Amino acid sequence: MIPAIFVFIYLAAVVYIGVFAFKKSRGSHKAEDYFLANRSLGTFVFLMSLFGTNMTAVAILGSSGHAFTNGIVTYGLMASSSGLVIPLTIFLIGTRVWALGKKYGFITPVQMFRDRWECGHIGTAIFAVQAVLLVPYIIIGIMGGGTTLSAISGGFVPYWLGGAVVAVVVMSYVFFGGMRGTAWVNTFQTVLFLVFGVIALGVIGSGMGGFRASAEALANSDATKWLVTRERFSPYQFFSYTFIPLSAIAFPHILIFCLTAKKMVQFKKTVIFYPLCILLIWLPCVFLGVMANRVSDVPAIRAKQEARRVLATQGKAMEPAQRDELRDKAAGDDVILLLLERYAPLWLAGILGAGIMAAVMASDSQILALSTMFTEDVFAFYGGKRRFGEAVQVQTGRAFVVVLTLLAYLVALRAPETIFEIAIQYAFSGFAAMSPLMIAAIFWRGSTKWGALASTVWVACAVAAVAYFQQTVSAPAPGGPPLVFWSPGGTDILARTPGGTSVYGFTPVVPMVLISALLMIVVSLLTSKPRRETIEKYFSKAGAA
Amino acid sequence: MLIMSGMKRWALVLAVVALYILHQDIWNWTDRRLVFGVLPVGLFYHGCFSAAASLLMWALVKFAWPSELEREIEEREATGEVKTN
Repeated sequence: MIPAIFVFIYLAAVVYIGVFAFKKSRGSHKAEDYFLANRSLGTFVFLMSLFGTNMTAVAILGSSGHAFTNGIVTYGLMASSSGLVIPLTIFLIGTRVWALGKKYGFITPVQMFRDRWECGHIGTAIFAVQAVLLVPYIIIGIMGGGTTLSAISGGFVPYWLGGAVVAVVVMSYVFFGGMRGTAWVNTFQTVLFLVFGVIALGVIGSGMGGFRASAEALANSDATKWLVTRERFSPYQFFSYTFIPLSAIAFPHILIFCLTAKKMVQFKKTVIFYPLCILLIWLPCVFLGVMANRVSDVPAIRAKQEARRVLATQGKAMEPAQRDELRDKAAGDDVILLLLERYAPLWLAGILGAGIMAAVMASDSQILALSTMFTEDVFAFYGGKRRFGEAVQVQTGRAFVVVLTLLAYLVALRAPETIFEIAIQYAFSGFAAMSPLMIAAIFWRGSTKWGALASTVWVACAVAAVAYFQQTVSAPAPGGPPLVFWSPGGTDILARTPGGTSVYGFTPVVPMVLISALLMIVVSLLTSKPRRETIEKYFSKAGAA
Repeated sequence: MLIMSGMKRWALVLAVVALYILHQDIWNWTDRRLVFGVLPVGLFYHGCFSAAASLLMWALVKFAWPSELEREIEEREATGEVKTN
């Protein structure tokens, strides 16, 4: 219970920061102040908050859980590819979006799309798809909060209550503090969880008597050596994951964050330090997740290892429901919490628990982004701002924050899949497939609204199809062959794998991105362009960003 | 000068593509050696990859920064065309 007290102190500090930000804005009723912190963030807050907003529960709980189940491959799959692709896209696209925002006053990506392609309702369609894809990200935060508080308090705080506490805290500081409060809280949280990884590594390593013996035992045992290699992972699938970080620049909350920088120079340190921040948080978490496979004195971890062993040896003969039940038991999302509970002194476990909560609660900027998009792209666009004024627009944004958080909480109570799977399969892949829209809008003068619509409709259909396929076709046992679903002429095109779906050996994100880009190109070539003045606004030397 | 900046641009594009290709380290796929006796070689490699990505970003900022955009916004701020915070 003592660690939980530290976490509650941390939560109180976070609410205080949000309220303090509210006072700083003096209750401003200006949309730009509430939604973009008046485009005034400095270098340190910009770097920390932009990084922090992209690191959700996946960064600590998901990464160590995935590494516990899949081994070191986790770091190469998500972390190192993100360390290259995300800062690169921020450098190429984020800076240009910032400049366009400064020049033309954009607050959301859809506002830019509407202006760039001279479209109204197509912008609303893009908003709708972005909103639907963003909700799972918000749910992740609440699920992670429930898991963390429950584990840290030794079960004293049940999952449903933990999720509710996190939902209320996030809702409070987003409601009061808007973008300024969210950015300050994110900065505080990012500092906390960057420190977390290094301390956790030291404490758990010391508790386990060092890692050398465990690492050697893992590498030398036939039963576990695959955890320190990538032999169970196809190079095609590994390659597929380099497409996932394209999602970052298509995420509305990241693009909206790009608009908050005071000066363009603030992007410089952000892109340089971004890969190092990823290294600092992901490497220790992945390493600890792998090492947890050698832990034998924590009953809950032993139960997970046993569930995985049964799944691997008897899984093929089981009913799908039995396999799913065992898969849930073997999931490692709370493995790092269990390690801390076993090896860290109570007070330190509390502080480290607060660090985990910091990562878990990064869903704040997604909630704010959705609220911003709703009020700007729907409420203001369809006449609400003109009719009721800017103060009502900001109040509508606040009301939206409350409704959205409540809905996300209700879904989080029922969602059965692990944090990592939900994030990858729905939100990340969908947004990665929307990145061609952003690239085309900024770099291709020939792109059109119909090309954008074709890509958007494709993304919506593809995400729905993958979700439907994975819900209706049960996953095969881990370590076993994929369940081939469609193989015309003997070529395996569509298969259900233990981790998801395989399309011609790749994960679905690859065809989703490629077809989205192809549709943007082909449909744009076949349809009429925006007016010359609009194109010149974006591509002439005087107007281009 | 133009040729130099063109060459510089291509060198940076090449560096980005090279690093992207180096992410796919097939040669480490089944290697279970431990670096410093504790870190699996595949994990060590990708840790170094992250550091290399940071270096590449430094090179992009140093040699390919869109300073014309920065100047334009500053000029517009000076003339009051865009808001200064």
